[in-house]
Amino acid sequence: MIQFEQFVLQNGLRVVVHEDHSTPMAVVNVMYDVGARDEDPAKTGFAHLFEHLMFGGSVHIPSYDEPLQRAGGENNAYTTNDLTNYYCQLPAENIETAFWLESDRMLSLAFGEKSLETQRKVVSEEFKEHYLNKPYGDAWHKLRKLAYTQHPYSWMTIGAELSHIENATLEDVKHFFFKHYCPINAILTVAGHVTTDQVKELAEKWFGDIPSGKKYIRNLPQEPRQTAPRRMEVHAGVPVDALYTCWHICSRTDSRYHATDLLTEVLSGGASSRLFQSLVKEKQLFSNISCYHFGSIDPGLVTIEGKLVKGVKIEDAEAAVETEIQKIKDTVIEEKELQKVKNKTESLITFEDMSLMNRAGSLSFYTLLGNANLINDELARYQQVSAAEIQQEAHTIFNPDNSTTLYYLSNQQ
Amino acid sequence: MPNRQLPPETKDAIAYTLELKPFRKFILDNGVAVYAIDAGAEEVVQLELVFKAGNWYEPANLVASATNYLLKNGTSQKNAFHINEHFEYYGSYLNRACYNETAALSLHSLTKHLRQLLPVIQELISDSVMPEAELDIYRQNMKQKLVVNLRKCDFVANRLIDEYVFGIDHPYGKYSSTIAYDALQPEQLRRFFDRYYVNGHCCIFVAGRLPADIEPLLNKTFGSLPLNQIPIPDVTHPVEAATEKKYRIINDPKGIQGAIRMARPFPGIHHPDFTRVQVLNMLFGGYFGSRLMSNIREDKGYTYGIQSYIQNHLHETAWMISTEAGTAVCEATIEEVYKEMQILREKQVEEGELLLVKNYIIGTILGDLDGPFHILGRWKNIILNQLGEDYFYKSITDIKSITVKEVRELANQYLQPEAFYELVVV
Repeated sequence: MIQFEQFVLQNGLRVVVHEDHSTPMAVVNVMYDVGARDEDPAKTGFAHLFEHLMFGGSVHIPSYDEPLQRAGGENNAYTTNDLTNYYCQLPAENIETAFWLESDRMLSLAFGEKSLETQRKVVSEEFKEHYLNKPYGDAWHKLRKLAYTQHPYSWMTIGAELSHIENATLEDVKHFFFKHYCPINAILTVAGHVTTDQVKELAEKWFGDIPSGKKYIRNLPQEPRQTAPRRMEVHAGVPVDALYTCWHICSRTDSRYHATDLLTEVLSGGASSRLFQSLVKEKQLFSNISCYHFGSIDPGLVTIEGKLVKGVKIEDAEAAVETEIQKIKDTVIEEKELQKVKNKTESLITFEDMSLMNRAGSLSFYTLLGNANLINDELARYQQVSAAEIQQEAHTIFNPDNSTTLYYLSNQQ
Repeated sequence: MPNRQLPPETKDAIAYTLELKPFRKFILDNGVAVYAIDAGAEEVVQLELVFKAGNWYEPANLVASATNYLLKNGTSQKNAFHINEHFEYYGSYLNRACYNETAALSLHSLTKHLRQLLPVIQELISDSVMPEAELDIYRQNMKQKLVVNLRKCDFVANRLIDEYVFGIDHPYGKYSSTIAYDALQPEQLRRFFDRYYVNGHCCIFVAGRLPADIEPLLNKTFGSLPLNQIPIPDVTHPVEAATEKKYRIINDPKGIQGAIRMARPFPGIHHPDFTRVQVLNMLFGGYFGSRLMSNIREDKGYTYGIQSYIQNHLHETAWMISTEAGTAVCEATIEEVYKEMQILREKQVEEGELLLVKNYIIGTILGDLDGPFHILGRWKNIILNQLGEDYFYKSITDIKSITVKEVRELANQYLQPEAFYELVVV
């Protein structure tokens, strides 16, 4: 059971406090309700570019990192399709430094031309390093584009193309900042060796006078129900063929989410899972295979991805995946297998909760979803899933008309 | 309204007294040492068995890592599926890892399931059979993974730089090949297993919320195995460093980034300069605010990231600088790295910058002592490297006391361009 308290400042900033006095440290986590899904289709990659710019100095403080490091702290940030999260950890006695830094950059960035210029280059190199200069690095660009025709999940957080980042102007950047980076669209979570009273006082002092900003009302185009299979073939200079198939699934807050999550565990959660045992070990069609989803807030995708053993025909590999899918649709899973994936989930949650930083991040995320109490309900929700519900999910999801398949083929036979 | 120009008062992290919770040590009947940390809020446990079974001891390339991998793939009683199913049923994770000197089997589990898992771990380290069919699948999949990795400039660069510094026959310098995978034989793995696991040398690290009877429990499980009876041979491997220092390699003619590696030999963790050099390294390229990051990423935008670090080896080691940069700016990046070395040699760092680095290091250690696994992790490093039980406190003192003058002296001693190997793989 994770204890926490919540309050809201006058300007709309939601604050969560989690006291843990077994550590000398404190974590300050600021989550902004903006991700790649909130970008203009002609200006993608902004939420992520922004994550970089947030370290380029704020209105009163030329460098974010230096004072934090001086206070014995470290920090990082990440951007997803749904949200942007900034977190730092430092000795609890120095916690005011984190309030000072985070509040100043919520108030306003410095918007230096030099910082933008540099971060455009840095992000371009990141784009190249992770997506262009790696075998199969662009597979997800292609898959998203094919699977989503309307919803902005059709591009990756790094952006749809390099030119959007390269052409970003200071005006664009300012517009994006004042639209999304304000108290009304943010959640502040403070965890560790702190008290709620202390956090109340500091939050009021440092964040209280920041103008509330305008509540961002998300109104994204919804993805229409897919009615026919989609397929694509790519021939590239990769050493072995790879198969990717994805299917649309429910949203993170849907009551079916936990069954969907356990379904992916049954298929590929570990070396005794079905896909690994059948397709890697017994039939030896794949050298590796996995089934995963991103836990995205809007309706997401579940994906089966595998690299083929050299010499195997991709049609045969795909047919073998379908056989496994048919099996889970036809036969309800046994009690022992269900218990296995639940036990695994229980330990996963317990291990995650060991880290103060994870607890702070989770509290922010569940607050963003609308209810911080979910952090303590998750396990029970998984425990309640029945074998029949998993089978039902398999039927709903693994419908061929709901599928998008990418053959990523080697042109170097 | 707060004065935002004025930074809040801070307490220097170096003013903190760091404490590393002492471990409890006990010896099983067969002489196996157990190091235990009983702490934490969650009912979890981590158990790690460390064997002297790294590639330092292998008779042929890849034998140690293949043997370690196949520990989970079959005993005379259970096949791979049943072994995996058992651990996964109890929601636990059993991982294996092969390093240079050591190889490990580690379990993460809820404390309540530990009793169901220990007997199977005992079975794995005493009765693994290294099935030929499992070796075939492993070989095939590893070869394929290797072929994919060889397309990545960073992967290729990591292999080559180690080869230049240590030599292709040294455990730190050798690497995998499809030929070496093809040459693996089940008999060879079984012999290695028998010598270095069944009759090998082992020590155990256990942390978390431990059951009250952990000592008898471990003794019952592992205490009567023939471990630690026959001494492990004392093997030495001479370093054969390359004479040529500079390399430019085209791995992918269409590549748009180059992997840059620069490395110099370094005496290793037992050298009296080691901890103080870690401080210099931190300042040079060891954290986000380092000289290399500030210049090459934050000012020039040549790269997404650049790091320097000292490789974690038991014997001699290497000081490494590592980055990926656009092909057009690779040479400029290398030039900037040398410039930053020169500045550190010629110009004394400001007191403020050194204090910042010290605070950052100490703050990181404070934050890292988060929970029993991390505490034992620190101890494990000290114990396996035979650094002595006062090492943690000695190194904290070294970090806190190093002066700007010493930093410059160390830079002059070690950051000499002639000492560095230099490699770009596109």
